[in-house]
Amino acid sequence: MFTLPRRRVTRLVVPLIAASVLAACGGEAPAPSGGASASAPAENITLTVALFSDFHFAPLYEAFKKIHPNVTITERRSQFNDHHNNLVTQLATGAGAADVVAVEGGFITTFQQVPDKFHNLADYGLSSRQSEYLDWKWQLGLSADGKTLLGLGTDVGGLAMCYRPDLFKKAGLPGDRESVSALWPTWDAYVETGKKFVAADVKGAAFTDGPGEHFRAMVEQAPVGFYDTSNNLVVATNPDVKKAFDMGVSMIQNKLSGKLTAFTPEWTTGIAKGTFATMVCPAWKTGVIKDQKPGEGTWDIASVPGGGGNQGGTHLMAPKQGKHPKEAAELINFLTSKESQLTLWKDASALPSLPSLYEDPAVSTFVNPYFGDAPIGKIFTDAAKALKPQHTGPKSGDVLLAMGNGLSRVELQNQAPEEAWAQAVSDAEKIK
Amino acid sequence: MATRAPDRPTAPPRPAGKRRRFNGRHWRYQADVKGSPYAYVTPFFLLFCAFGLFPLLYTAWVSLHEWTLLQDEHPFVGLDNFTAVVQDSYFWNATFNTLSIGILSTAPQLLLAIWLAHLLNRPLRSQTLFRVTLLLPNVTSVVAVVVIFGQIFGRDFGLLNWVLSLFGAGEIDWRAGTGTSHIAISTMIMWRWTGYNALILLAAMQAVPRELYEAATIDGASNMTQLRKITIPMIRPTIIFVVITSTIGAMQIFAEPLLFGAYSVTGGQDRQYQTLALFIYENFTRLDFGYASAISWMMFLFIIVIAGINFLLTSRTKGDLR
Repeated sequence: MFTLPRRRVTRLVVPLIAASVLAACGGEAPAPSGGASASAPAENITLTVALFSDFHFAPLYEAFKKIHPNVTITERRSQFNDHHNNLVTQLATGAGAADVVAVEGGFITTFQQVPDKFHNLADYGLSSRQSEYLDWKWQLGLSADGKTLLGLGTDVGGLAMCYRPDLFKKAGLPGDRESVSALWPTWDAYVETGKKFVAADVKGAAFTDGPGEHFRAMVEQAPVGFYDTSNNLVVATNPDVKKAFDMGVSMIQNKLSGKLTAFTPEWTTGIAKGTFATMVCPAWKTGVIKDQKPGEGTWDIASVPGGGGNQGGTHLMAPKQGKHPKEAAELINFLTSKESQLTLWKDASALPSLPSLYEDPAVSTFVNPYFGDAPIGKIFTDAAKALKPQHTGPKSGDVLLAMGNGLSRVELQNQAPEEAWAQAVSDAEKIK
Repeated sequence: MATRAPDRPTAPPRPAGKRRRFNGRHWRYQADVKGSPYAYVTPFFLLFCAFGLFPLLYTAWVSLHEWTLLQDEHPFVGLDNFTAVVQDSYFWNATFNTLSIGILSTAPQLLLAIWLAHLLNRPLRSQTLFRVTLLLPNVTSVVAVVVIFGQIFGRDFGLLNWVLSLFGAGEIDWRAGTGTSHIAISTMIMWRWTGYNALILLAAMQAVPRELYEAATIDGASNMTQLRKITIPMIRPTIIFVVITSTIGAMQIFAEPLLFGAYSVTGGQDRQYQTLALFIYENFTRLDFGYASAISWMMFLFIIVIAGINFLLTSRTKGDLR
């Protein structure tokens, strides 16, 4: 009775096994990438562009297709951290990377170390664009040895200081942005302003969120940061790093800090509720503030102490796996062109990395009504122009995390400042 | 059996059977009976080899090298990575956190699960509703649970701090302290897994003969006494199973601390709630694969040791029941 169905099952088992084996192999196969699949003649090709958010590139693709009717562009997006981690994996395993990839400033040093994984855009004539760019932005797109042009910059994250006029007035400080900017030409003056704010004892509000971003901004303003130009870690010996750390400690000891970490629930809620009065503000953070709906004019924007700065900003690169380097380079050239950057400023508030655009009225006279009609175009471009280029070492992001955690240990009162400094330095030195 | 017994001595005439094997139908029957079970389990073992065994062995291989993902050369360093792990105070910090969160979540969770199962192990209206409700937290996504609990355990606007403030307690920065953050994370784990374990224990409780309870009731034993003297001894093997699965689960806690700290790979600024899994992840994101693999193997060894202890306990209990 039972032999028949059993046999049927046996017959089924073989294809099942085969299918599962195939499925297992399928797991390791590269994701279908446009570059690999379009082995067809050069007339019709597909370029894949991998991004970590909506860059508002869609209208630009259409314009590009008008010049290059043979090129089809597909875009794929993934979450910020995943995007960069995936890219590392794709480069290491040699499969799956898109033809054009976006790399953000915080991750770019990782890729500067491996120029052989990318097409040298200088081979496709893009080094001619150097004169158009902010110098430091151009340098970021070069490999660690400076010999390969890995990518061209899209936007920059010019730095400013966001503040709440209402809390400033309560503390007896001036509220308009010119006077506020005049309060803190230097970080020392910023700390002094903070002391006045604390002395006024504004109920429920700290002077600032936490010392981490301030420390970062101050280090990045120095001529030398965590690494010297030969990629040696100089955290322990660079007086500017220690100075920035001490500034952070002084912020903590004078009770300026609200003990908040950026992007925690307390921090985002605090933006709307006003639990802190100032925060270091790259251009893109204005969007974060707006998302919390603190109300129009609740936050305003002044200049950052110490003169200029940058956080974030993206480069476009072409991984060597891509089969169409020429077209990829043309697309990168197109997407980073003057016209495209102006479009992106208008569509997506992405601050251009080409200084000639800073004189363009669309940028220089742009005001944001949400921030009390602050001339954010001018404030952020001034900051981007004022930044002195600094050599970013291979593991700057990890070093920054180690140093920031050191400051937090002081803040949580788990460690004395000197102890925290020593541990932060030894943590940084352990990073390979 | 008795009627069959006389047949046994007639074992020698096997050749007859052998001859019969040449019969095609019989041969296929034999192959089916002997071969099919292996064929049925093959898919699992193939998948296990591809996604379980191979990664395990490959991780061991990687852990013996200085292996940075984007570098083309991976020099062999022997056990250097392991020596470094054992000397790394952050590794032991992560081990301590893992054990602490594990105990803080597993012990109350087990007591609560037994109690819940005991409550449900009696004639109730709409039993299914209650049982399904128990399982609901478990089918909720970890991310959703952590986001909600992250809000509840907030410092400035957290629900819990607000409730505590009604009783005059001061503001607690749950994320900042070692103990407080461990309590918060353990709460999330308990929320997700208590109901699940209660259902497993309930299944075991229903196999306990009713007569025992009836007799105990006649003898005047209280509800609590019945739970302690009848239920728990009778379901001990299941309790041990639940303990084993919970402890192994606790060794692998990852998503809760990562998301609780707003994606901080160090598990808080002072690594106050960095678990072993998160410590591995931190080193993987730094692309230091050799070191991360060595930590993975240390964690594997810990799990084997804990599983071994559990195994010893289980076999001892079996002896008790006999």
